[in-house]
Amino acid sequence: MSEPTGSGPVGVVLVSHSRDVADAVARLAVALGGGTGGRLVAAAGGAGDGGIGTSSELIVEAARRVDRGSGVVVVADLGSAVLTVRALVADEADDPAGGDDGRTGSNGDSTLPPGARLVDAPFLEGAVAAVVSAGAGAPLADVVRAAEDAYTYRKL
Amino acid sequence: MAELDTGFFVRWLTETAAAVDREADRLTELDSAIGDADHGSNLRRGFTAVTAALAEKPPPSPGAALGLAGRTLVSKVGGASGPLYGTLLRRTGKELGDAATVSRDDLARAMAAGVEAVTALGGAAEGDKTMLDALLPAVRALPESFTAARRAAAEGAVGTVPLRARRGRASYLGDRSIGHEDPGAASSLLLVSALERTWEAADE
Repeated sequence: MSEPTGSGPVGVVLVSHSRDVADAVARLAVALGGGTGGRLVAAAGGAGDGGIGTSSELIVEAARRVDRGSGVVVVADLGSAVLTVRALVADEADDPAGGDDGRTGSNGDSTLPPGARLVDAPFLEGAVAAVVSAGAGAPLADVVRAAEDAYTYRKL
Repeated sequence: MAELDTGFFVRWLTETAAAVDREADRLTELDSAIGDADHGSNLRRGFTAVTAALAEKPPPSPGAALGLAGRTLVSKVGGASGPLYGTLLRRTGKELGDAATVSRDDLARAMAAGVEAVTALGGAAEGDKTMLDALLPAVRALPESFTAARRAAAEGAVGTVPLRARRGRASYLGDRSIGHEDPGAASSLLLVSALERTWEAADE
């Protein structure tokens, strides 16, 4: 997988089964990030119809919205949210041009932007760490590490 | 034996969609025992979209038919079965490449790679009470015959009843997941049964 070379900030996408959860965690992360992360974060919560579930279309749309060419970090909650992002990342790795086996035209928009990464992180803590780090201008590898380090934060 | 052409694959996927539609309530019932009661409705939505996509844009090869079906499932299902079945069909299709016809042995090899990709995606193993408990025996038996594959999938699906779930939401139930058939194994049997029926219809 090639590393992105853009000079803009890293984007952060929050994928939850619930639109309310994704939106609220995005607001919390931006607030805790001192308000710097607002444009970097996109929430992709719930199924396409607004119910509980996962929408690959909302995820791809969110990732494209916050992609500034420097990579996008995706934080997901559970089950289908994680599996959908992993399938999309595998899709992008398999097929970076977005055009295998007869696919043409607008279907190329159905894949994540290059350099999108799913992080292995707890949803809320990982989201806050990623947004703070991306808002401070950290490169993709550092944003990934910040989010994944959230698992090492013990509460007792 | 006869080669399998694009039409065969389109009929297989259409037959699967019809079976999912017929059995959606039973799948959801199984899922309400140990899951979140959406497996039937999610798969029905996905396979309805697959049928529509195949009609709208007839695929040029067996591999393309499976690729189109897989991508449609990832984007339309909205639950874990979307990326899982989507990955199964996409990877199987990718392995078949752009050949105009394939043999049953080609399909068996390609499906084995597809199932392997599902294993990598979900991190489950045989015996974890998942779709793999039907799919892995099915792809092992497929080189023998379509009927052997269906029988193996059926045994695998029933074999999930006494198992304790180790993956997905059902795993949170621990021992309380024992005594229920896994909905993913049940829907995998529908896919493999549809393959057998499509073959029998073509063979007549």
